[in-house]
Amino acid sequence: MDLENQKRVKELSEQYGPENLVVVLGAAEGEAAGLTAETVTAGDPTYAGPLTGVQLGLKVYHICEEEIKSEVDPGVYDEQVGMMEMVLDVDEIVDEMSAIREQFTKY
Amino acid sequence: MDLLKGKKVIVVGDRDGVPGPAIDECIKTAGADIVFSSTECFV
Amino acid sequence: MNSVIKGASYILAHTPDMVIHNGTTQTTERIVNPGSEYLVELPGKLRPYDDAMRYAPNQTYIGNLTPDELSAVAAPWYEQKLEDADRFGKMGEIMPQDEFYILMQVCDAFDLVKLEKGFVEEVKPRFEQHPLMDESIIARIKGGVEQSEIDRAIGEDHAEGLYQDGKLVGYVKKSHDVDVNLSAHVILENLVSKASCVLSLLHLTKNTGIDKAEVDLVIECSEEACGDMNQRGGGNMAKAAAEIAGFSSASGADVRAFCAAPVHALIHAAALVASGTYDNVVVAAGGSTAKLGMNGKDHAKKGLPILEDVVGGFATLISKNDGINPELLSAYTGKHTVGSGSSPQAVITALVTDPLDKMGLKITDIDRYSVEMQNPDVTKPAGAGDVPLANYKMIAALGVKRGDLERAQLNDFTTEHGMVGWAPTQGHIPSGVPYLGFAREDILSGKIETCMVIGKGSLFLGRMTNLFDGVSFIIRKNSGETEQTSAVPEEQIKSLIADAMRNLAASLAGEGR
Repeated sequence: MDLENQKRVKELSEQYGPENLVVVLGAAEGEAAGLTAETVTAGDPTYAGPLTGVQLGLKVYHICEEEIKSEVDPGVYDEQVGMMEMVLDVDEIVDEMSAIREQFTKY
Repeated sequence: MDLLKGKKVIVVGDRDGVPGPAIDECIKTAGADIVFSSTECFV
Repeated sequence: MNSVIKGASYILAHTPDMVIHNGTTQTTERIVNPGSEYLVELPGKLRPYDDAMRYAPNQTYIGNLTPDELSAVAAPWYEQKLEDADRFGKMGEIMPQDEFYILMQVCDAFDLVKLEKGFVEEVKPRFEQHPLMDESIIARIKGGVEQSEIDRAIGEDHAEGLYQDGKLVGYVKKSHDVDVNLSAHVILENLVSKASCVLSLLHLTKNTGIDKAEVDLVIECSEEACGDMNQRGGGNMAKAAAEIAGFSSASGADVRAFCAAPVHALIHAAALVASGTYDNVVVAAGGSTAKLGMNGKDHAKKGLPILEDVVGGFATLISKNDGINPELLSAYTGKHTVGSGSSPQAVITALVTDPLDKMGLKITDIDRYSVEMQNPDVTKPAGAGDVPLANYKMIAALGVKRGDLERAQLNDFTTEHGMVGWAPTQGHIPSGVPYLGFAREDILSGKIETCMVIGKGSLFLGRMTNLFDGVSFIIRKNSGETEQTSAVPEEQIKSLIADAMRNLAASLAGEGR
């Protein structure tokens, strides 16, 4: 995850309290989704950014996961994301995201 | 339980997946309060 | 009348020491994590020249292997070393780092690049043998300096070191004591970009056979900024490169649009030629040191060599219609607008189907799509997936939504209308343009008739807008018409003017009565 974005996540977590935040991702791959999810829960796995060693444990989902999709207006979802469901490996993304949440999400 | 309604949301989109602004459009409809939105680029 | 694509060139410079010293992943790591395991193991993960030269995607980039031949090579490609490989290719070359340092000095107009005596004595004779380096270029090589001078410049004067196999062999000086835009770091980045651009121009001259004096304009489209503190992005890298390449009649200007810049620049070039403003416009760019080893941490972690060890460059020649070469259809370009929206569907609609709709074509009517041709060997282990494949799937998925093809045909579409990626992750370098040289050949040989070239750019990285960007154009087999066959003959124009004058005179005479 981009270092500047890590900094912003850390600051926002301090400002609003980690329990009040939800992170929504748009990653193209399961692995990339997993790495970003890991960064905002268990800390930066690449040991490069401000979240290194910081276990925020935030709630984190991918936009294509049912939990998020079910709360979004279906027409807007179809217009903005619908086509990408044919492109992305949604199952793989869901597996990665669920595994990270089970392990590291605190809220 | 509502995940998004009234919650502070951080969006991390992907240029080659779903970009930030497209995610914003979606989650706004769920009543989320977007506090930060970005798009990552791996290439 | 449409312009044509007369040829292209593609070059790489293998710069392993620059990965360590100039790639931003590594320079950042040295600041935030100076003792990291990655920095310790990095030198051992760099490929020697021969490995990088025999790497199938690199041989494809310089034209020795076609994209179709590359797709037949078993992946991952870094595990294979091509037997039948060469430094020079049909469209360019892979220059070793030491010769590239000499070329950087050749491109230095302000006495900012110094190389060690022994190094110059060893490398210069080899550089002089290069088939494209003429006397004017050789004459720009300076004598070497003492090692002690290099050590002093690095230690005391904020110079950037130039290393060969880990040994300090030269430096790039800062050009101002206060102005960060003229720091040694920026000067080095710009000289690398300029040198790789110049090498591309020289190969383009050879590949197209054009007389250097016939080039009217060079448009440079890299992602570097050159200028000083009062005009940080002042630019005209184009003219600077054209000067060294010997394009004496050329003017120059730069186009900047992140990774989309080459396609924007080609659209500009085609319009300038089609309108008659210029006859021959070259679009070119050198590469980026910043992106060297960009995904190196992931590669090292997964036991791969550092694959992002080359700086890229390309050049293309757009000329007035000769009735033979493929035409660039200036009236049917695609553009992502301010109001297009950023959803992938909106992006692909703007770039692909809007121009096709104007022409009354379906997605499947374009034989080949040249998208962002990043090498998946590099991006997949870094978690960024297979970028060209994802682009082809997006185009196909939109085709399914529109009814141009069936959902079951989605995978076939990606292989029939797409290609595997082979270009280094040098930002603008992979963006649509790597196939232009092959596209010209494939169209001339009759293998394909049409190709759409798409460039995309991440404008939001500059923090000035959240917008995404992209443009596209179509190239097509030449219709065979030329200026001479289609234009009105001179005699006919003269007679038309004479008729008009007579009519005018008659009507004036009538009024006088």
